Amino acid sequence: MPETHIQTAFDRDLEAIQALIMKMGGMVEAAITDAAKALETRDEALADMVRGNDKAIDELETRVNEEAIRVIATRAPTAIDLRTVVSVMKVSGNLERIGDYSKNIAKRATVLTQMSQIHDTAPAIRRMAQAVELMLIDALDAYIKRDAKLAEDVRLRDAEVDQMYNALFRQFLTYMMEDPRNITGCMHLHFIAKNIERMGDHVTGIAEQVIYLVTGTLPEDNRPKNDRTSFQKALEE
Amino acid sequence: MDDMRIVERQLDQQELKIKADNVQVYYGTSHAIKDVSVEIEDKTVTAFIGPSGCGKSTFLRCLNRMNDTIDICRVEGQILLDGENIYDKKVDPVQLRAKVGMVFQKPNPFPKSIYDNVAYGPRIHGLAKNKAELDEIVEKSLRRGAIWDEVKDRLDAPGTGLSGGQQQRLCIARAVATEPEVLLMDEPCSALDPIATAQVEELIDELRSNYSVVIVTHSMQQAARVSQKTAFFHLGNLVEFGETGQIFTNPVDSRTESYITGRIG
Ligand SMILES: Nc1ncnc2c1ncn2[C@@H]1O[C@H](COP(=O)(O)OP(=O)(O)OP(=O)(O)O)[C@@H](O)[C@H]1O
Ligand SMILES: [Mg+2]
Repeated sequence: MPETHIQTAFDRDLEAIQALIMKMGGMVEAAITDAAKALETRDEALADMVRGNDKAIDELETRVNEEAIRVIATRAPTAIDLRTVVSVMKVSGNLERIGDYSKNIAKRATVLTQMSQIHDTAPAIRRMAQAVELMLIDALDAYIKRDAKLAEDVRLRDAEVDQMYNALFRQFLTYMMEDPRNITGCMHLHFIAKNIERMGDHVTGIAEQVIYLVTGTLPEDNRPKNDRTSFQKALEE
Repeated sequence: MDDMRIVERQLDQQELKIKADNVQVYYGTSHAIKDVSVEIEDKTVTAFIGPSGCGKSTFLRCLNRMNDTIDICRVEGQILLDGENIYDKKVDPVQLRAKVGMVFQKPNPFPKSIYDNVAYGPRIHGLAKNKAELDEIVEKSLRRGAIWDEVKDRLDAPGTGLSGGQQQRLCIARAVATEPEVLLMDEPCSALDPIATAQVEELIDELRSNYSVVIVTHSMQQAARVSQKTAFFHLGNLVEFGETGQIFTNPVDSRTESYITGRIG
């Protein structure tokens, strides 16, 4: 809704919270790139930096929630304003989780630098991380532009990430069966891939919030889910 | 798990109490209500919202023929109460107004004692057999109006000597004393403090179990709190009518959205 509020301070409040979301988004994008890069280049200093930066992301999430609660208490938002406030709370939660996964990847990257490299798996992981990062960039772009179509596109792209995860999973399984000494390293790599796949789910969550914000309803149809390998199904059953 | 309240709302579908069809209201040549059709349910609180001058009070007054008292006012269309046309010649407006009570935008106590203000309706409609019963009705009504404690020691004092907020609550007590089936309230809380407002809102919610309540309010939060259905009026048109939760989270019409979110529309 392009019109402004009669009380301009209300617009300023909402803009301020959304600026915090964008700041958080930028930090989380950097965390994904840097964590994947630290893994690929075996850069311990970069991994340490990603781990250190996560605190700032957590603090921003707390601030977004505090500001949102203050707006609810003081301005009693309705309709699009209410949906904006609800969506910033959810989106900041999604971003915070993505930050956590990046931190976890950085932690495992540090452990992996102590081990000998297992084949050449890092580029594939980096590509997967890149796909998620691009999804995130578009999801945040869709958020700012209130673009439900772009958000829907992001939502559908999550299936590609799931497929990348399945491919990596099979690869790691092969390496582990080839040589049991690969097991520890491959387990770390598998968790990294799983983390990235979960990040994709959170980006999808952000895209769904954009759709809710714009249309007033959450998308109902379930997206195609491709993240369940037969091996995993066996574990869960 | 399904949200219990959503389930409850779905079951809450009530019977029709008032049905207005293509209502037009003119003040002289000025067209104040333009082709409004609306269905007001029994045991439901319906809120009328909209900018000043959009016709909320005018439409509300149609529902108990209060506009009959305004010479230049002309009402067209049909309004059915329990299926009967209230504008039919057979209908006695005084009887109608006992069934469809009203609290006005400005408090208007009679120049009589507090007691007599409340006892007036029950007396003319013969609702009490004796003084004790009348006393009981007066006390119950004043309690429902959230004013009993403030006036119980001076029931003989004139109603006009109360503060503005107290007068409004006295008028609410007077309106509920005849046990109307429909209660029309035009900005009943505009002169009340938050405590009295909460008490009146509690009363409205209580009345809902037996009656149909229509409330005009400029407070979006009040409409959201007390009503199950909300109607948005704009320049004499009924722009949007729907479930209150829907109106306040996801209104369909952009004029509704601009109004409830406080935007320039
Ligand atoms: N007695 C009257 N004589 C002439 N015109 C009137 C009369 N009462 C209302 N009007 C006109 O009819 C239109 C609707 O007025 P109404 O009082 O119904 O508005 P409202 O929505 O209740 O506004 P508010 O929120 O300010 O009470 C206005 O343009 C008003 O000037
Ligand atoms: Mg009015």
